[in-house]
Amino acid sequence: MNKIISSASAGTLESSDVYIEVEPSENNEVSVESVVLKQFGDSIVKTAESVLDELDIKNAKVHIIDKGALDCVIRARLETALRRAEKENK
Amino acid sequence: MRRSMLFLPGNNPNMIINGDVLGSDSVILDLEDAVSPAEKDAARILVRNTLKYLKFENCEIIVRINSIDTEYWKDDLDEIVPLKPDLIMPTKVSCADDIRTIDAYMSEIEKKHGMENNTVHLIPLIETAMGVENAFEIAKSTDRVVAMFLGGEDLTADLHCKRTKVGNEISYARSRMVSAARAAGIDVYDTPFTDVNDDEGIRVDCELAKSLGFTGKASISPRHVSVINEVFSPSHKDVDYAYEVFEAIKTAKELGKGAIALHGKMIDKPIVERARQVISMYEEIVRRNGGLD
Repeated sequence: MNKIISSASAGTLESSDVYIEVEPSENNEVSVESVVLKQFGDSIVKTAESVLDELDIKNAKVHIIDKGALDCVIRARLETALRRAEKENK
Repeated sequence: MRRSMLFLPGNNPNMIINGDVLGSDSVILDLEDAVSPAEKDAARILVRNTLKYLKFENCEIIVRINSIDTEYWKDDLDEIVPLKPDLIMPTKVSCADDIRTIDAYMSEIEKKHGMENNTVHLIPLIETAMGVENAFEIAKSTDRVVAMFLGGEDLTADLHCKRTKVGNEISYARSRMVSAARAAGIDVYDTPFTDVNDDEGIRVDCELAKSLGFTGKASISPRHVSVINEVFSPSHKDVDYAYEVFEAIKTAKELGKGAIALHGKMIDKPIVERARQVISMYEEIVRRNGGLD
């Protein structure tokens, strides 16, 4: 299992992007803000959980602010944030 | 067929996801100058995911990586090569050994991922005076090199001169690059025209590059793509002539003639080869766009 040890973020608030903050937690928790929350909220959470599984991370609190990002962009930004959080903050 | 190559910043999803519909024959997903040092990791993962999850059916994918004097280039290749982009564009290439170093590392990655050696090709960006002087050796350095690209902005900084629209300061580099690439049997691409709002200027610059022998041109703006494609496509007259060449050859064969003339001019090997290239490009344009503009 991989562990995150610090807070980190990735992405932007620009159109078609997503801004993601992660911080260490007891368990994985995912929350989402999106203008399309009703339509795609569940799908965004599932995507985030899938990335957490793939990276074998079980202690991340993830907050996602979606600006209409495609699935592959959400995956990329979350992976970036998690990899940054695996290192100590400078 | 690669006439136009459009740069897209590697950390900008909004531009990358639309890359397939901008009309360019190739898009260059940029991990180098368009990405700040703090975002290199984010761009690398974003570009990797783009290649993994999105289909680009109307254009070729080139990924521009950071130069080998940085800490980033191996990470760039580690993430990108397994996704098999059409081409990798190494930057600030100054000698054949630069390419051999990159080639060796790409071979390691390909082997590790069960890929055939030389799956991913290279289009080195030549943007230093040393690179220009070594252009032929760079072109011939490995089989991965299938094209070269001249970068005028960094080159003029290295030459200690000002970059101008007319481009006299890079005329030697342009000619040398074309000669080196053609001698090595590969394609060669001209530097972007950087004034996005100068519609006449881009056309003049394209026509100059074409007259020198460049295969096509890079662009930093989607606005320039259609002009580049137009200038570097064969004209209706070129296409008609190319078909006439093959018709004349056919007729001469039927009549048992050895020497063939068309419109009073002998058809020799270079003319046939040129006609073959024109028809090949025309057929590809028809396949993609239904015909010439």
